[in-house]
Amino acid sequence: MLQIMEGSHAVAEAAKLCRPEVVSAYPITPQTHIVERLAEMVADGELDAEYLCVDSELSALSVCLGSSAAGSRVYSATSSQGLMLMAEVVFNVAGMRQPIIMSIANRALGAPLSIWNDQQDSLSLRDSGWFQLYGEDVQEMTDQHFIAYKAAERHDVLLPGFVCFDGFILSHTYEPVDIPTQEEIDAYLPPYVPYNKLDAKSPLSMGMYATPDYYMEFRYETDLAMQRAGNAISEVGKEFGEMFGRDYSMHTESYRMDDADVAFVALGSICGTVKDAIDEMRADGIKAGLVKIRTYRPFPAKEIAHALAGVPKVAVLEKNISLGTSMKGIVGLEVKDALTGTGIDVYSYVVGLGGRDIRKKDIRAIAALAEKGEGNMFYGLRTELL
Amino acid sequence: MVDKSLELFDCGHRACGGCGPAMLARLMLKATGENVIVVASTGCMEVFSTPYPETAWKVPWIHSLFENAAAVASGIEASLKHNNRTEKVVCICGDGATFDIGMLCISGAFERGHDITYICYDNEAYMNTGIQRSGATPYDASTTTTPAGRMSTGNALPKKDLPQILNAHGASYVATASVAYPMDVMKKVEKAINTPGACYIQVHTPCSTGWGFDGAKTIEIGKQAIECGLWVNYEMENGELKKAKKILRTPVDDYLKAQKRFRHLFKPERNAEEIAKIQAIADANAAKYNIDIKLKE
Amino acid sequence: MALRIGAAAAPGRAPDNKTGSWRVFMPIVDMEKCTHCGTCTLACPETAVSDEDGEIRFDLDYCKGCGVCANECPAKAIKMILEEN
Ligand SMILES: Cc1ncc(C[n+]2csc(CCOP(=O)(O)OP(=O)(O)O)c2C)c(N)n1
Ligand code: SF4
Ligand code: SF4
Ligand code: SF4
Ligand SMILES: [Mg+2]
Repeated sequence: MLQIMEGSHAVAEAAKLCRPEVVSAYPITPQTHIVERLAEMVADGELDAEYLCVDSELSALSVCLGSSAAGSRVYSATSSQGLMLMAEVVFNVAGMRQPIIMSIANRALGAPLSIWNDQQDSLSLRDSGWFQLYGEDVQEMTDQHFIAYKAAERHDVLLPGFVCFDGFILSHTYEPVDIPTQEEIDAYLPPYVPYNKLDAKSPLSMGMYATPDYYMEFRYETDLAMQRAGNAISEVGKEFGEMFGRDYSMHTESYRMDDADVAFVALGSICGTVKDAIDEMRADGIKAGLVKIRTYRPFPAKEIAHALAGVPKVAVLEKNISLGTSMKGIVGLEVKDALTGTGIDVYSYVVGLGGRDIRKKDIRAIAALAEKGEGNMFYGLRTELL
Repeated sequence: MVDKSLELFDCGHRACGGCGPAMLARLMLKATGENVIVVASTGCMEVFSTPYPETAWKVPWIHSLFENAAAVASGIEASLKHNNRTEKVVCICGDGATFDIGMLCISGAFERGHDITYICYDNEAYMNTGIQRSGATPYDASTTTTPAGRMSTGNALPKKDLPQILNAHGASYVATASVAYPMDVMKKVEKAINTPGACYIQVHTPCSTGWGFDGAKTIEIGKQAIECGLWVNYEMENGELKKAKKILRTPVDDYLKAQKRFRHLFKPERNAEEIAKIQAIADANAAKYNIDIKLKE
Repeated sequence: MALRIGAAAAPGRAPDNKTGSWRVFMPIVDMEKCTHCGTCTLACPETAVSDEDGEIRFDLDYCKGCGVCANECPAKAIKMILEEN
């Protein structure tokens, strides 16, 4: 049943439906509404979970690691500075192969301090060993939580995952959203069966240290698992489609890509604006299209190469900056790598940092720049300040 | 009761001969028995006991990072509680992990009052990384980051009073102990794991490598620390001092002289001024915990 | 042996590492003097001393020769001797 709901509350509902036994998070704008809502659910007896108010994000994710290692499904959420404070634990959780799911309400990183949206936070942790899903709207980001748990907990995966969505733009927006029932989610998502578990009945040492004789093999195994996570996300995304009518078997979504002369690549809520701009451009005879990336890690290089095959110009919209690189954008570098040998021109456009608005006319202007072969640049700077 | 026959800490670990922390690992598990989950921090004990795949721990054990054991333990406890499980949760962490980098997570865990026992094995410096100073390093000890020199008499700061800090958090049971008195250690661990709420035990674990003495003397040095009043064994319950080990106090000199980390206080000649300051620390401890046995005139 | 993911391992493998090879001095006991007080068995960081059937025994596979047992024996029943080869 469709309900009008704030993005954060929809995420909280999704988290609740996944029946976490332990919830631990630390408030940070724009994630706060999620954890406040979960606290209410626990207070009202709607959710039977241990809700731990902790001292910091460092503790929040460490608590989750402990609970997960003891065999519980856990949930956390954070943004920006919080994610950075967690960073050491983030890598650790992946190395320990604990399938923790964490929502990321994407926000810029200081300094300068900014509470507004870009995707620098989660993208900066692209090599941490967490798979990363990005939602375009409230429905998609809600659904991605169910998919994330189901994929993460598969014993051929056992990796943690971020479900990312743009702070404020999605977290604080009211949209109609179909929230599955508990019975439906119980049918979709089986109870968590841990692989390594702290249990006095069968003792195990977890998080041992590895000498150079072993370390590389552990990293290799984690990379293999990340590759398998791609298949798993696709399979459980398909199952989700069969049960709920919204199919997520693809890591990308192509929009009006037939015979496109210029294709955008983007993650998250900006895709909505891009689609509108594409409709306008198409009406004006400009053949533009979009490849939206839903699964950013593992990076769906093959799918992207397939979707972009034959498009002369690709414009990657980057709500991030990879400082000191020639392309300037994190995603563009990887798209370019996926298209090696195709002769397709790939350009990055750094846009929307720290909450800077991106309008349809900006998208159209970027298409024009790409056509001209101008890219790997900031777009939308206030030149009067420079 | 403590089952002394149970050996849950395996041989084959890589601690230096006579390692105080290794003694503690063994004693601690004798006291907890098998129904326990141990949480470790990065440091000597973690490294010497768990090079993959040779774990010395015959009970469930987890290590995450240097600074987050108390939070990991909180999460484990929450999970156990949710599932009505009976294992006791015990952290065993170095002084660096406890006094310095782990304070945030420890403070949170003690404030929340999880049913955990946090044991600090206090070897008074960062040994794993090469004997650098920690907040537990005693005044004037020479470490690799507080070396004694022409302009320095070693560590310029006094040892942080962590038990009192955790006491102020409302810990149900706070105790100090020393591997020099193994039965006392076991008794206190047993008491802590059976006391509901967050409990803290700080155990003096002399480190021959870091302090500069012959490994055969680990226990002897531990006893000397107590006999001169620089280490006090006591128990606090619900905020109140219950018991402190009474002693016939000796001057601090012998304890200091026995260790290379204080050697500079005696060479080229005895540094009376600095030793008087250390003696004053012992005197203050004695007064604070009322440990002096008064002999009849 | 295949890796167990998550750098996890079951107990049992630490004894693969025979720390007895570190030893320079070796403990020997004079059972005439021993009072079976239990100090050495409790103090040894290697669990390398046992007192069974009235006999103090050292597990030389693991005894590192640290000398704690000898130093602490209240009866002075244990001596450390330089080990031949
Ligand atoms: C965040 C972080 N900073 C620094 C280190 C390096 N480090 C590892 S162990 C250690 C010192 C451990 O000291 P302590 O807790 O006293 O244990 P000990 O080695 O003395 O047994 C340090 C500084 C680390 N592992 N992680
Ligand atoms: S350096 Fe000290 S604490 Fe570390 S293993 Fe050696 S004796 Fe033990
Ligand atoms: S310490 Fe000495 S007296 Fe006591 S049991 Fe050992 S050998 Fe015997
Ligand atoms: S010498 Fe050390 S390791 Fe060997 S038995 Fe004695 S105490 Fe144990
Ligand atoms: Mg230390």
